[in-house]
Amino acid sequence: MANEQQHKGHAREEQEHAEVAAGDAEGAAARKERLDDDIDSILDEIDDVLEENAAEFVSSFVQKGGQ
Amino acid sequence: MSVVRVMGIETEYGISVPGHPNINAMLTSSQIVNAYANSVVSRTSKTRWDYDEETPLRDARGFDMTRAEADPTQLTDADLGLANAVLTNGARFYVDHAHPEYSSPEVLTPFDALVYDRAGEVVMSRAAEIARAMPGVPEIRLYKNNTDNKGASYGTHENYLMSRSTPFTDIVAGLLPFFATRQVITGAGRVGVGQDGRGVGFQISQRADFFEVEVGLETTLKRPMVNTRDEPHADPQFHRRLHVIVGDANLAEVPTYLKMGMTSLVLSLIEAGVDLSDLSLVKPVDQLHQVSHDWALQHKIELADGRSMTALEVQLTYAQRCAEFCEREYGGDLDDQSADVLARWFDLLDRLTRDPMSCATELDWVAKLKVLEGYRRRDGLDWSDARLQLVDLQYSDMTAGKGLARKLEARGSLARLTTDALVNAAVTDPPVDTRAWFRGECLRRYPESIAAASWDSVVFDVAGRRSLQRVPTLDPLRGTRAHVGELLDRCTSADELLAELAGK
Repeated sequence: MANEQQHKGHAREEQEHAEVAAGDAEGAAARKERLDDDIDSILDEIDDVLEENAAEFVSSFVQKGGQ
Repeated sequence: MSVVRVMGIETEYGISVPGHPNINAMLTSSQIVNAYANSVVSRTSKTRWDYDEETPLRDARGFDMTRAEADPTQLTDADLGLANAVLTNGARFYVDHAHPEYSSPEVLTPFDALVYDRAGEVVMSRAAEIARAMPGVPEIRLYKNNTDNKGASYGTHENYLMSRSTPFTDIVAGLLPFFATRQVITGAGRVGVGQDGRGVGFQISQRADFFEVEVGLETTLKRPMVNTRDEPHADPQFHRRLHVIVGDANLAEVPTYLKMGMTSLVLSLIEAGVDLSDLSLVKPVDQLHQVSHDWALQHKIELADGRSMTALEVQLTYAQRCAEFCEREYGGDLDDQSADVLARWFDLLDRLTRDPMSCATELDWVAKLKVLEGYRRRDGLDWSDARLQLVDLQYSDMTAGKGLARKLEARGSLARLTTDALVNAAVTDPPVDTRAWFRGECLRRYPESIAAASWDSVVFDVAGRRSLQRVPTLDPLRGTRAHVGELLDRCTSADELLAELAGK
């Protein structure tokens, strides 16, 4: 009985490992795509608020000393 | 000690009027502070900063001051750059070195330091909004960053109350390797290399390139990694205030919280005499720069004993020593916040080792880098492109709807630990567990009677009393709500309060 339980436990573990591995393979591609989608939608949002004329805006940001 | 100790964060904000690089920043900074002081807390504008340094150890004493000195018109004289306000949350909001500065009230935990730091952002953006609506005031923008990429840097300073009995040499030795490497978590990210930002590329820290020596007193030139300013704002027999100037202004909440927590833990190690000498670095200032420049996190740091380690490995050693120390001192009784700081510290180091980009929702430099890399990929931009520099700058813009960090946060791409409710309450209410409570509550309850205030005093000007009455608050842990809450509830006027204090 103990053996049977161990065996079942082992089989379940193997099955879980297989699922995790498949999930990883799928996940890597899916995750990359999701991240790319994510960053593209972030960039779209930022485009809407980014100051115009970047070079001039950045060069006019001049600070006097500080600690 | 754990992460819990008296602490606070002071931040000088970048200030500009788009299109007008030569505008007088002392004047615009004063306009910002005065706009807020006059509109939001009208009486607070009359509260001077008490510069008196002769702080008696206990009990109130009176001293004479001419009425003219406390005249509020003096304080609204923008041209002199004297603008100063003490807020009901216990913070100081004033002009320092041509920047508006918010110095948070004294708090006891990293989380409260975070909450009051964000309250400072709210103060700054409201101030700018109010100023914008005033006639004759140009459109002022405020930035929570640390450099203009043209040679100027301005600070975000952390303060930690420490035991006076700890030798300063131990503090220096224990902190140099920690400060050279903690930026992998606390860095705010920067486009540009070198003090003038002319070097092309991205680096982890805003501030790193501006540090030139290991130890020193200066804060505006030849900046030291460990600052020796010894102004405890507490009984100097027992305390010192460690003034940390090496950090970046963080927009993301996780690094603000962690930098206070990690540093406080490391200070506890140093105070307990834990030996950290094996981590001593060869040329720590150079290492501070090189760690910042290597955002692939592969740079090998040379240790004095001949070993070499990456910044992540040095940090992991510190985290492990802190965990061992907490286990030894507290076992299962470690407070939740110390345990949380340790857990997050280990987790971030682990993920930074395996996949730094997985930290983009927590850490400023990674969040910023992810956006920058996105632009580079999508639009084929070179690191020298002005748009990337603009992304870097605008990440820290305090204007509602403009700031990119807050935009990322709003869409769930940057983690939030606080809530709006907590932060808004902290804009007006002082922390309950330090002397900031007495300062803030006196300003809130008896605004007409407060002539001046500072970290270690509240000065009353009560009608009918011949001289000003100075109440020293030298102990940061007295004047809490638990300590004087009932007393203040009992006194409906400052006159009554002073009478009770004198009677004691």
